[in-house]
Amino acid sequence: MDAIVFALLFAVIYAIVAVARYWFSAPVAAVEISLSPAAIPRYAFYSLVRMIVAYLLSLVFAVAYGYFAAYHKRAEGPMLALLDILQSIPVLSFLPGVMLAMVSLFPSRQLGVEFGSIILIFTGQVWNMAFSFYASLKAVPRELMEASRVYRFSPLQRFLQLELPQGAIGLVWNSMVSVAGGWFFLMACEMFVLGKRDFRLPGLGSYLQSAASAGDTAAITWGIAAMIGVVVLIDQLVWRPAIAWSDKFKLEQVESSGAHSSGVLNLLRKSPLLSRLRDGITTPLMERFYLSAAREKPEVKSAPSNWQRAFLVLAGLVALLFILHGVFQGLLVLRAITPAEIVTTLESAGATFLRVLAALVIASAWTIPAGVAIGFNPRLARVAQPLAQIAASVPATALFPVLLLGLVSLGGGLNTGSILLMLLGTQWYILFNVIAGAIAIPSEFREVADIFRFGQIERWRTVILPAIFPYLITGLVTASGGAWNASIVAEYFHFKGQVLSTFGLGAEISSATDAGNFALLLLSTIVMATLVVSVNRLVWRPLYRRAETRYRIEA
Amino acid sequence: MNLVWRGSIAIMGSVPEPLIEARQVEKFYEQPSDNRIQVIAPLDLAVYPGEILTLLGPSGSGKSTLLRILTGLSAASAGQVLWHGSPINGPCENVSIVFQSFALFPWLTVLENVEAPLKARGVSEAGRAARSFKMLDSVGLDGFENAYPKELSGGMKQRVGFARALVVEPEVLFMDEPFSALDVLTAENLRSELLELWEDKKMPTRAVFIVTHNIEEAVLLGDRVVVLGKNPGRIRTDFRVDLPRPRDRKHPRFNKIVDFIYQVLTKPDGDAALALSGPAAAAAQPKYPMLPHARTGGIAGFLEILADHNGREDVYRMADLLSFEIDDLLPIVEGAALLGFVKVTEGDVEITPEGLEFANAPILRQKELFRNTALEHVALLKQIKRALESKSDHTLPDDFFHDILDEHFSEEETVRQLETAINWGRYAEIFDHDSERKRFFIPEETPPEQQQVEVGTET
Repeated sequence: MDAIVFALLFAVIYAIVAVARYWFSAPVAAVEISLSPAAIPRYAFYSLVRMIVAYLLSLVFAVAYGYFAAYHKRAEGPMLALLDILQSIPVLSFLPGVMLAMVSLFPSRQLGVEFGSIILIFTGQVWNMAFSFYASLKAVPRELMEASRVYRFSPLQRFLQLELPQGAIGLVWNSMVSVAGGWFFLMACEMFVLGKRDFRLPGLGSYLQSAASAGDTAAITWGIAAMIGVVVLIDQLVWRPAIAWSDKFKLEQVESSGAHSSGVLNLLRKSPLLSRLRDGITTPLMERFYLSAAREKPEVKSAPSNWQRAFLVLAGLVALLFILHGVFQGLLVLRAITPAEIVTTLESAGATFLRVLAALVIASAWTIPAGVAIGFNPRLARVAQPLAQIAASVPATALFPVLLLGLVSLGGGLNTGSILLMLLGTQWYILFNVIAGAIAIPSEFREVADIFRFGQIERWRTVILPAIFPYLITGLVTASGGAWNASIVAEYFHFKGQVLSTFGLGAEISSATDAGNFALLLLSTIVMATLVVSVNRLVWRPLYRRAETRYRIEA
Repeated sequence: MNLVWRGSIAIMGSVPEPLIEARQVEKFYEQPSDNRIQVIAPLDLAVYPGEILTLLGPSGSGKSTLLRILTGLSAASAGQVLWHGSPINGPCENVSIVFQSFALFPWLTVLENVEAPLKARGVSEAGRAARSFKMLDSVGLDGFENAYPKELSGGMKQRVGFARALVVEPEVLFMDEPFSALDVLTAENLRSELLELWEDKKMPTRAVFIVTHNIEEAVLLGDRVVVLGKNPGRIRTDFRVDLPRPRDRKHPRFNKIVDFIYQVLTKPDGDAALALSGPAAAAAQPKYPMLPHARTGGIAGFLEILADHNGREDVYRMADLLSFEIDDLLPIVEGAALLGFVKVTEGDVEITPEGLEFANAPILRQKELFRNTALEHVALLKQIKRALESKSDHTLPDDFFHDILDEHFSEEETVRQLETAINWGRYAEIFDHDSERKRFFIPEETPPEQQQVEVGTET
């Protein structure tokens, strides 16, 4: 048992060294992707490392952001509004821009592109984790907070014994969602090619893309298998134990029967090495922290001093100037846009919007009946849920080149291809949520429908659809966000040496970067961001509110 | 019968130094419209060593707020709190609180929960463990050190709460409705254990301050009982209980004391004579009339039971009969009194002729009687009806009435007032409320044939 843990530590250390060596090696003009299956473990490893670095960064930032927002009343409002907008912006719309910027910033190409991908993944992951932590801080039961004040907890003790545990469950679940999204972005980053410029990174994404380009079916199969393998491995080795561990933090008063279990967690808990590490290093360290924290005089909450206030005002002014400068410069750049280009941009926005809508409708059409059927049948649910989860965690962007291969050989174009890609990436969210919603319907509701002999239509109208409404909305919102993200990659793709594209906003963003037309790039990115945020505010937010008031089933 | 004493001065020759003293302490919220919502009117309260003080009051009297002000958790809006003579600034050093909902950290074991305050004080690991073990032993939880709170029953969880509070050897132990969340038997058990711990005198704790809304509990435990009134919170009476321990609920003097407290609580507002701290009650000026939070079904049921008891009964006995706490019973009594269905004198409630008619009437007639008297006596309902009638489409948004009430009540109270008004208005068929569109409206007249078929709804 101990040997396994030790081996794990050794592997981690080796990994860090290997990665460092690679990142700081001499720059390579373009990346050669080997198609042999033997190269797969290396590529999988690289992809994994990127994910881990981005995730750790996101976690630390999310906790800091959420903490600050929860405890500073004046900053809370703007910070939350910012979070909301950043959460809705399709991350991949910045892919071209960020990559260009990073490459020009960094001397070594490797480092530049790697950082670009990490930043993009970070941007996609951090906001929902930050919000989750913020929300759990706000939900700390008042009496626990009062207990920590009466018993004079230092800020450190309060963080470790109250706030972090309170946020643990939310952070675990949101991490799962974030990392799944992260894979989606990572794959897109790894296979990113813009005209002459090759931004590809060695990893599973580029492997699959090269394999599809070359039409090498064996390599494709190996690649997909590796993808699924990595996802399942992470699920078993990281997420399952994390969920089982987070059961400890449930704010329940009575032991519930729905406890999770994990073999890996038991392994880690029983390991003598880990407990020796804890007793030898962490515990004495913590004791010293507590001792020094106790010796400090308790702070009296005084009004911020004049210096502090002046500093804050100054910082605010600097930030404001920064923003104004950026907006001004941006407007200057936009002056180069012709009215014709504006019209085209808006039209392409409309086209993509219709595609997203089509994807949502098609997805709902099959996932709602399927989800309800699965949810009503517990045996089916037990089999289908983990399968659907695995299907959902395989990033659709990784499969896209493979999909294109099939599509091109069948004679289809990117118009249908993009909708298919959106479907692939997003229908699972709707399916999950509908299954969860169907399971949550109290059996009494269904009994009422049976006793009073409701017909199918009435059953759906009066019982099923209203009951799953909140879940459906959650699924649709996530799916919609995913679809917009997918459009960047799905509408404009370099394949087998040519450029496949279709009329749409995503295509416009990618092609503008390709052509070096920064004005158009800026305009189309802004249009996409604005469109998504407005749809969020005008459509999803009111629907959410409805779901919370009228359609909520109280226990 | 006058039980109002000036504390222990009558017995001892000298005045003992108070441990904690609140001087002209107030709590209020300023509204932007210059209106002030007074939660606690200026009051003086002193906690002396060697006594268990029970603070009794209905919900809304600010008793939990007062506890938090005395411990330093909350700041008073005005006035001072003195600890051994010096004003406090932030949570006091030598107090502990036992909470109503136990406030145990679910992710820490029992031992870790008890150790937490010691950790905060920088006590070494060995020292913490030793003291915590000893404490858990004295509350009878030896053997449960490694259990998690969710594995324990309510009574055991509160014992952990006791252990945690006492392990730091506080000078004053505060308890915020410590037994409310427990079943009757467990509560009884823990009460006697608390008294045991107190009488053993092994702790350096010099005073205990218990907030409760259970009158019997207050008299069972307290050496001194302070009764708070509400709207605004102020001291109605403050007296010593000189019954020997262990106290017997069946003892006639016990009953007399409980009855006296009911008298005090059912006496109409503004009675300054019973307030020990004189200037405090003067702050109770006539306020915007408050709707008591009772449901129409509760009032109807109460009147029927009262009618059954020959129309007159002791409030204490009614509470006993119905196993109601003061928070359940008093709003019903106030509501019935407001509608003119009962009269309250000297702790007795007596049904009026109108009330008797109501109790004996069939359902539809009850609604009619309720409607008539509500429109005559309940200001808020009259106001809503008049406002709705003044509009041609007979409808107004929630916010209209919310803004009016907001001037006089806190946000939470305003919402509750409107909820109660909606309940009464719907029952009396004065108006209706569309919760989706958030509007009040007067429904259309139903045609006569439909009215006969209509079955009255009991709310």
